Amino acid sequence: MSPGPAQALAEGFPDLQGLPVARRAHVGRWAAAALIVIALLALVRAFAKGQIEWSYVGRFMTVPAIVEGIVNTVVMAVAAMALGIVLGVIVAVMRLSPNPVLRTVASGYAWLFRGTPVILQLLLWFNLALVFPVIGVPGLWSGRAVDVMTPFLSALLGLGINQGAYTSEVMRAGMLSVDIGQYEAAQAIGMSRLLALRRIILPQAMRVVIPPLGNEFIGMVKLTSLASVIQYPEVLHSAENIYYANSRVIELLIVAGVWYLAVVSVLTPLQMLLERRFARGFSGNAR
Amino acid sequence: MTQPFLAIRNVSKAFGQFRALLNVSLDVQAGTVLCLIGASGSGKTTLLRCVNQLVTIDSGGIWLDGDLLGMQVKSGRLHRLSEAEIARQRLKTGMVFQRFNLFPHMTALENVAEGPVQVHRRKPLEVRDEALELLARVGLADKAANYPAQLSGGQQQRVAIARALAMRPKLMLFDEPTSALDPELVGEVLAVMKELARSQMTMIVVTHELGFAREVADRVVYMDAGRIVEEGAPSQVLGAPNEPRTKAFLSAVIS
Repeated sequence: MSPGPAQALAEGFPDLQGLPVARRAHVGRWAAAALIVIALLALVRAFAKGQIEWSYVGRFMTVPAIVEGIVNTVVMAVAAMALGIVLGVIVAVMRLSPNPVLRTVASGYAWLFRGTPVILQLLLWFNLALVFPVIGVPGLWSGRAVDVMTPFLSALLGLGINQGAYTSEVMRAGMLSVDIGQYEAAQAIGMSRLLALRRIILPQAMRVVIPPLGNEFIGMVKLTSLASVIQYPEVLHSAENIYYANSRVIELLIVAGVWYLAVVSVLTPLQMLLERRFARGFSGNAR
Repeated sequence: MTQPFLAIRNVSKAFGQFRALLNVSLDVQAGTVLCLIGASGSGKTTLLRCVNQLVTIDSGGIWLDGDLLGMQVKSGRLHRLSEAEIARQRLKTGMVFQRFNLFPHMTALENVAEGPVQVHRRKPLEVRDEALELLARVGLADKAANYPAQLSGGQQQRVAIARALAMRPKLMLFDEPTSALDPELVGEVLAVMKELARSQMTMIVVTHELGFAREVADRVVYMDAGRIVEEGAPSQVLGAPNEPRTKAFLSAVIS
């Protein structure tokens, strides 16, 4: 795009060489930014003058009950998501199986657990003792359901099994996104269906499913707050217990909100690391 | 004549209303190269895919190295083999695809070593040396650490050939191995296949490369509309065809 001066002169065009490139003014951008800054300032002012004791927010950020609560939140989110992913992979593989029995069971599972509210499922697991006073494996072990179905186990089963139903669809979409030729190539070197899934299809599906799974994980961090209704001591539960005592409702809700935001903020870079790991071979300059 | 290494007998296959193969019978002797030619939709790729059981035949039988493929005769009835038994039968054949189908998340070396390590359960270290030798054999010793996306089409197809050879197949199947390649990359893949033919590998090649067929094939088969129209030595089928349909096809391809 830089015609030689001789050529430009010869054709009667002005010589462009050496001319500086002017910057665009971007009036719209500046105007929008100014409006947003004004709106933010107004918002900050409103909250500063509102009836919020900010000193309480600072003080309760790190009290043991709240810190324990956020640790419990993270533990539950990780455990329930892990259970959800394991179930999701198994159910997705079942749904793509040639075996009609497995396919039907898998569809039934997704139908049941996606079709009912997760809070209802949590309450059912927690109150399992009303249906089955004693639970266990015949001949191996048994116990009273009230002792077995602790808030932790109830929340883990409720959230994890529900998550598995959603994750199975994410995993299925990922597996369907892998070219059929990959499966044929795996078969052609003598791989069984399951070996091909494990070595060839799932690693490639991971690349596609990590963004939606990250989405689901962020959702799960917040979904754990529902476990407060079955007495699981996650951060919202702790915040509620404190404001029942001291009536600082908004301050403690802000404390919990800031903690949720902090956890979710840490997850985003972790997701990027994972994405890079599974993108191996998919860009021209891999490694 | 000894029993043929591959015997295809009265094989038919339909996909819904489309009849891809009609009563096809064919023999391939060990150590020979057979080229399948014909227009697209003539059934040549389907026939190839029946041999390694990516396609299940509707009727007839295929015997490879003395074994009936995909089925078993037990007390007067045909029983389908299990998936594991079919996977074991596939080990006798190696397949090279038109679109390469390399595993994109693995390096060239990992692609070649994957089968021996995961399917034959051999030691990764010992397989590694062998895989490097195979890559050298297809002229890609220096590309072992590259991912498929970093290789040209011709290089990818040569890795795919090495990957198939790593399983030590007795029969190599090539499904239009050069059709997806830029013209200047066709030669390098054909050269590898010629070397393979010289080493007495039994091969079935679906191809539009008539020059390759003329030079390398022991026999050429022309297919049309799911049937074998003409078969014989390359000089006869390609040079002096008897059937009008073969003549029409050849003049269309060459012009």
